[in-house]
Amino acid sequence: MGVAVRVIPCLDVDAGRVVKGVNFKELRDAGDPVEMAAVYDAEGADELTFLDVTASSGERETMVDVVRRTAEQVFIPLTVGGGIRTPDDVDRMLRAGADKVSVNTAAIARPELLGEMARRFGSQCIVLSVDARRVPRDGTDGPPTPSTFEVTTHGGRTGTGIDAVEWAARGQELGVGEILLNSMDADGTRAGFDLELIEKVRRVVDVPVIASGGAGALEHFPPAIHAGADAVLAASVFHFGQLRIGEVKDVLRADHVEIR
Amino acid sequence: MLDYGSGNLRSAERALRRVGADVTVTSDFDAACEADGLVVPGVGAFAHCMEGLTAVRGPQLIGRRLAGGRPVLGICVGMQVMFDRGVEFGVEADGCGQWPGTVERLKADVLPHMGWNTVTAPAGSTLFNGLDADTRFYFVHSFAARRWELEESHAIRPPLVTWAHHGEDFVAAVENGPLAATQFHPEKSGDAGAQVLQNWLRDVVG
Repeated sequence: MGVAVRVIPCLDVDAGRVVKGVNFKELRDAGDPVEMAAVYDAEGADELTFLDVTASSGERETMVDVVRRTAEQVFIPLTVGGGIRTPDDVDRMLRAGADKVSVNTAAIARPELLGEMARRFGSQCIVLSVDARRVPRDGTDGPPTPSTFEVTTHGGRTGTGIDAVEWAARGQELGVGEILLNSMDADGTRAGFDLELIEKVRRVVDVPVIASGGAGALEHFPPAIHAGADAVLAASVFHFGQLRIGEVKDVLRADHVEIR
Repeated sequence: MLDYGSGNLRSAERALRRVGADVTVTSDFDAACEADGLVVPGVGAFAHCMEGLTAVRGPQLIGRRLAGGRPVLGICVGMQVMFDRGVEFGVEADGCGQWPGTVERLKADVLPHMGWNTVTAPAGSTLFNGLDADTRFYFVHSFAARRWELEESHAIRPPLVTWAHHGEDFVAAVENGPLAATQFHPEKSGDAGAQVLQNWLRDVVG
């Protein structure tokens, strides 16, 4: 027996409300992230991730409150991402009850930020979120990178020219304790995880890798694990009730993957 | 619950309240000494935790409680600091020295050991009372006690040592008279963790 593969639902939260909340029968208010978190916990989620998509920084305190209220009643690990720019942002979220924070754009602008955060709070609570997309080798969509994957910002719309696989390795060197690997090509397609991306990052890091982007059917999950992911994250398939967490675990178990 | 500046105490505080404990978070020596039970949490680096702990006279506090048979529960790095020393990235730091041995980096393909794992508890364990062998607990750590070095003696009841495996075997929990500790986070281990905390509390209340 060993550590179980984690199945992680992600909730997009805008100004304290779940984006496009869907009314499951067990929910009174589908827009309440706290209630949604409790439902996922009851369904067997191994961890929860909140992604704060709030545009205005004036609403940031709302997210702190959501985290605080969630940690009041959910006793599994909670990761918060979106808008984390400074060590003080990390401090605020951890104090509110988050166990980990994920950092994305701010680290691209200043990579040393990751080291500063890891030293102050410990590697185990700093997650590097990498939004990766494929770049054609022929240079028709920006300069090609060695791995053929580049880091993007703005939800995959803006390329940075940074090699996504090298960036993940750099993150580990700087002290992050986990990589959240989002395929921006696969995101929203429901056509399956980008296995090549997972394999390439797995080869260069030995911190846990969470695969994200592309989950659309039960059979998509085991290949992501076999490609080297330690955890799988999905938002919309769980959110819209298309797949249940228990079903994902059943299909993983049938494939001889250890699950909780 | 001992507050010595080590991270988020909120989760552990709430998890204990959930199972019926009356919790005070304090860095006051006397208050921590007099409580029915003392929880020593801890996240981050071993040396950093020891600095914080020393600043509130934690090692003396723990020693005094244990000498009087008063229960102490260490969680995660709060367990690691009960050993003689910790070595992280070449930096060696003294621990509280309640148990012999060194906390070292685990030999495993993927670190931190992050996620839900099973444990092997010995017969007679109080902490794991009522929990099945396939129950999983939430771990997040890269360092651990890879050996248990306390020699058996006729003078004391032998400690109950619970093991887990990630790359290699390591100590997942210890029950040693009034001193108990878990490498995993019971406060983040859902209902299974709540059961462990409740088992400890029952022991505290007696």
